[in-house]
Amino acid sequence: MQFKSMVVSNVELSPGYFRMRMTAPLDLLGALPGQFLMLKVSDAIDPLLRRPFGFFDVGTFSAEYAGGGTQCYCEILYKVVGKGTRKLAALHHGDLLDLLAPLGKGFDPGPGCEEKLLVGGGVGLAPLYYLAKVLVARGDKVRLFAGGRNRDDILCITEFERLGVESYVSTDDGTLGESGLVTQVLERHLRASGMRIFACGPTPMLKAVAVMAKKHAVPCQVSMEAYMACGVGACLGCVMKGANHSEETPDYRCVCKDGPVFDSFELQWS
Amino acid sequence: MQKPDMTVEVAGIKMRNPVMTASGTFGYGAEFADYLNLESIGAMITKGLSLKPKAGNPTPRIVETPGGMLNAIGLQNVGVDAFIAQKLPYLAKVDTPVIVNVYGNTLEEYGEVAARLDGLGGVAGIEVNISCPNVKQGGIVFGTDPQAAAEVVRLVRKSTSKPLIVKLSPNVTDVVSMARACADAGADALSLINTLTGMAIDLDRRRPILANVTGGLSGPAIKPVALRMVWQVAKSVQLPIIGIGGIMNGRDALEFMLAGASAVEVGTASFLDPSAAQTIAREMEQYLIDNGIASVASLIGALEV
Repeated sequence: MQFKSMVVSNVELSPGYFRMRMTAPLDLLGALPGQFLMLKVSDAIDPLLRRPFGFFDVGTFSAEYAGGGTQCYCEILYKVVGKGTRKLAALHHGDLLDLLAPLGKGFDPGPGCEEKLLVGGGVGLAPLYYLAKVLVARGDKVRLFAGGRNRDDILCITEFERLGVESYVSTDDGTLGESGLVTQVLERHLRASGMRIFACGPTPMLKAVAVMAKKHAVPCQVSMEAYMACGVGACLGCVMKGANHSEETPDYRCVCKDGPVFDSFELQWS
Repeated sequence: MQKPDMTVEVAGIKMRNPVMTASGTFGYGAEFADYLNLESIGAMITKGLSLKPKAGNPTPRIVETPGGMLNAIGLQNVGVDAFIAQKLPYLAKVDTPVIVNVYGNTLEEYGEVAARLDGLGGVAGIEVNISCPNVKQGGIVFGTDPQAAAEVVRLVRKSTSKPLIVKLSPNVTDVVSMARACADAGADALSLINTLTGMAIDLDRRRPILANVTGGLSGPAIKPVALRMVWQVAKSVQLPIIGIGGIMNGRDALEFMLAGASAVEVGTASFLDPSAAQTIAREMEQYLIDNGIASVASLIGALEV
């Protein structure tokens, strides 16, 4: 759907990283973890295109706040990287945005008996929080592996821990948690059965996770990021190669419509 | 006052208003059904079809630029047969004319694709793409040489009884001579402009941003160029013209009509706002109401110079 939304809060969590809460229609409570929204940061023609963000959270305000009624909100977590996110970071409570949501295909949580391993790199933690919330509510056992270059990249771990999620932090420079790559920590916990991986982060990290998942025969879903113009499967700008893609038998998948969540075995990682 | 008459007719295709969706920006129609009423717009033009399915270019395929975007999708499409089998049945149920954009890798393929669509009831017309800047063969090869363009148009003309629109490229020295060549070869209408060839560079990596190196520029940045070309062609050629290029709102669309367009195509705006085509049609109507204009057709070519 397409709707107008009001910024409720827009807070800098660590240098360059923001968490923004926006109002949303009640129907958005049906959004699945891993689905995303597209928002226009201003009415100006520069930047021209909408920006895609995974849901960090979707929920309802407390009854006191909503004046006794039910009012839905959604949250995003973003890093300031360019023109669009710089404008986004300057928004305040009361500013209005135009949203398209929910878009794309979300995570498949799988059977409840499995242990769920969430792997996030930097701002890739965003869709994993909403996923963790849903999984914990189902009663699943959830562990989080969060990685970044330094401690500024490790976001909202307290929120995960508040849900009861056991968290393992690693940073390249050792300023927070274990020193090294998130995939090294992940590998120590992998067993051949009864597990499922959910990963979001930079493509090299996702590739390493996908390779590891294949090696240990653990089911793995990855949430991909790509430049996109429309978000609804029309522009064909955000495609990725499917596992069987070749020049002769092309197999392109739209990140916006066929994804952003894919089974890691579906994609070509070379 | 009474509601203004928003209807227009282009090459025998009757439309409830002048707003059409540009090829390549509206998928195969169904992608947008959740966001707008497909029966509120003038016509739909579907993604460019070739004889065989086409994979398109490697990624990155798009990049935003000031006031616009570059794309080098490379005409990824399902192919004409899959379109007829899988996409057309849905579109045929919508009470809005469907115009099918087609292109060929060779001259013969243009004729063959057009021929396969000829007998189909759900197809109101054909738009021939001789202007895609992002594929090596076909497309632009035929779009920059008047003789080559005329050959394509003559062949497609022979292959179809449907209304025939030819989509022109702005990447030429003299758009009027291209327009004349297509008119003389049997086109029923001309649509212009396709994207302007452009390029974006990543300074730090010292590399082009698009995998295809160059791409087609669209969006509000190209509107002045498009208006100029529509105006030039409208003065010189007797065919109906469909104006395209950076139309973001009702006022933009009406400017194209003043310049001589009988209808317009909305492209990049649908990426920003999937309901753009419907909104633009409504804004055009509101402008007519506010200014006491009885019929939108009365504005075609009404520019005072």
